[in-house]
Amino acid sequence: MTTTTATATTTASSRPKAAQLLGTYGSLVAIALVALVLLVWAPNSLSPFRLGNLGKYCSWAMAAVGIGLAWGRGGMLVMGQGVFFGLGGYTMAMHMKLEAAGPGGIPDFMTLYGDGTMPGWWAPFRSAPFTLFAIIALPAAVSFLLGYAILKRRVKGAYFAILTQALAVAFATLLIATIKQTGGFNGLNTFSTVFGHNLYDPGVKKGLYLVSAALLIVFLVIVWQFNRSRYGELLIATRDAEERVRFLGYDPANVKLVAFVAAAIMASIGGAIFAPIAGIISPSNVDAAASVMMIAGVALGGRSALLGPALGAIAVGFGQSTLSERFPTGWTYFQGGLFIVVIMFLPAGLASLWPKVKSLLPGRMSPQAALVDGENGA
Amino acid sequence: MDALTTPFLTGTATGAILLMAALGLTLTFGQMGVINMANGEFLMAGAYAAYATQQLIGNAGLALVVAIPVSFLVAGLLGLLLEVSIIRWMYQRPLDTLLVTVGVALVLQQLAKDVFGAQGDPVVLPSWLNGNIPVFGYNWPFRQLFTIVLALAALGGLSAVLKYSTFGRRIRATVQYRDLAETLGIPTRSVDRITFFLGSGLAGVGGVAIALISGTNPTLGTTYIIPAFLVVVAGGVGQLKGTVIAAWVVGVVTAFLTDWTSGSMAQVLTFALVVVFLQVRPQGLFTVRTRSLA
Repeated sequence: MTTTTATATTTASSRPKAAQLLGTYGSLVAIALVALVLLVWAPNSLSPFRLGNLGKYCSWAMAAVGIGLAWGRGGMLVMGQGVFFGLGGYTMAMHMKLEAAGPGGIPDFMTLYGDGTMPGWWAPFRSAPFTLFAIIALPAAVSFLLGYAILKRRVKGAYFAILTQALAVAFATLLIATIKQTGGFNGLNTFSTVFGHNLYDPGVKKGLYLVSAALLIVFLVIVWQFNRSRYGELLIATRDAEERVRFLGYDPANVKLVAFVAAAIMASIGGAIFAPIAGIISPSNVDAAASVMMIAGVALGGRSALLGPALGAIAVGFGQSTLSERFPTGWTYFQGGLFIVVIMFLPAGLASLWPKVKSLLPGRMSPQAALVDGENGA
Repeated sequence: MDALTTPFLTGTATGAILLMAALGLTLTFGQMGVINMANGEFLMAGAYAAYATQQLIGNAGLALVVAIPVSFLVAGLLGLLLEVSIIRWMYQRPLDTLLVTVGVALVLQQLAKDVFGAQGDPVVLPSWLNGNIPVFGYNWPFRQLFTIVLALAALGGLSAVLKYSTFGRRIRATVQYRDLAETLGIPTRSVDRITFFLGSGLAGVGGVAIALISGTNPTLGTTYIIPAFLVVVAGGVGQLKGTVIAAWVVGVVTAFLTDWTSGSMAQVLTFALVVVFLQVRPQGLFTVRTRSLA
């Protein structure tokens, strides 16, 4: 792996300038194409219902981009991203519930299930700036604490995956149990406004979609920049040969921690935009099964490719809503089969087919191609 | 006194089930590095095998006696099928086995839903299991004691196989040093298959115990798989004693926490305790000492 990457880079540097530029900025062109489809074509061509669905897929794709960073590039199989998706989603939903209740009012479900008093920790979420702050700060704090505890003790590989999944199970169970504080199994729903904008207004709906798609594009650009930075190199080095990185004087735990926290924040922002678009956030959106669904998209698209996770997540989201309506039981078989087939035969996802297609075309393989075949070093 | 004995005894029974679920996991993980997320579904298969046996035989007492080997075989053969069809292609990529078996688990769950219905089925207790024994004023259900006996029998059987039989010696040799074992002529591939069969079969026996305590359910595997994995993580890989102690401790601690707080809070706290415990012993309770860096 290391040697192939090295040779690919040397050939790239001895290349003519135009090809080199395309190699470096080709990914940006691809992102621009995705942006064109999501931001220009889709809003003008899709019905409001489908656009709303696409907005949801984009919010999952944001979590998927984070998983691509942590798992594909960092080798950490994060099976509990639903937790961070949920932290963002619930934070946003709490704010919207308080908005719907009006100043001084309390959310309707609290009088329904509880004694009509609001827990004190809900109060700060009345403030819009605090909510926006919490959407980023909460997942960052939780993932930092957990990641620090696990990664610093060199717990990795399967242990790491199991612990993150256990976190998702615990989180969903806790949500279901605290019906008086979080709405329990039903989650939080029936919102009216988001930051003062009427959620039923078609213009606002379209705006929410655009925010969702635009954020996804921003995340893609951020990850692109991440990947070509020194840090990106270090992350891949840690994935493929953690001990060598340690001997070079870096602490692999810190390198992984950054990717883990970044992935958590991305998932949280995805969740925060999911709640107003879907009109609901419930334990079933954030539990272990939902987290596994996010992994499915990343695996399908290609865990270590730039666009793979995002496009895979959109495809799986689309597949879920079309197939599960028509064949409710068939979807589960399909989902299970998808895991088996993709992981067994296409471990680097559909993205790994791209270099093969490209090598048939005139011209050369991009230097990125060597990075595409995903290894899981952890 | 009651406040202490009740959670202690119930927790011990839960620990016994966790032990039967975790033994297979720790065997396959320790020997092959394979993380089998479908092991929970082997519990479920064992539970349904017990249910089906009872439907066929009718006499609850006889059915239970027959169900134990039947469940062992059904789950064991499912495990063997999984190894032969999928896992053996993936030994180079252990972490990916986790995701593949997640897919297998999804398929098996849906299969159980389609065959037996989404609702669970009750399993009739034989009359000789239906009583209670008073322990310090707490009427302890007989079936919980039976679960513990079953787990101890499974553990005893497994230890005996590992210690005295040729199979067992080969398994231990493969766990300790695969390449050397292979050089000495041990067919490690078929040893892997036997380990998979044994581990899955033990989960099937655990399924019988679950069927007796809470009936069958297509999703019962998902309830046990994560605690069982926490047991493996806390107990350390490759040795039985760590798994036994961890299963017992996790079972009892969860039961006490449930008693003091609530079932869901107990789950969260148990998870937190395992993370804290890993700060002290990142490799789990006991571990085979190696000079490897990982």
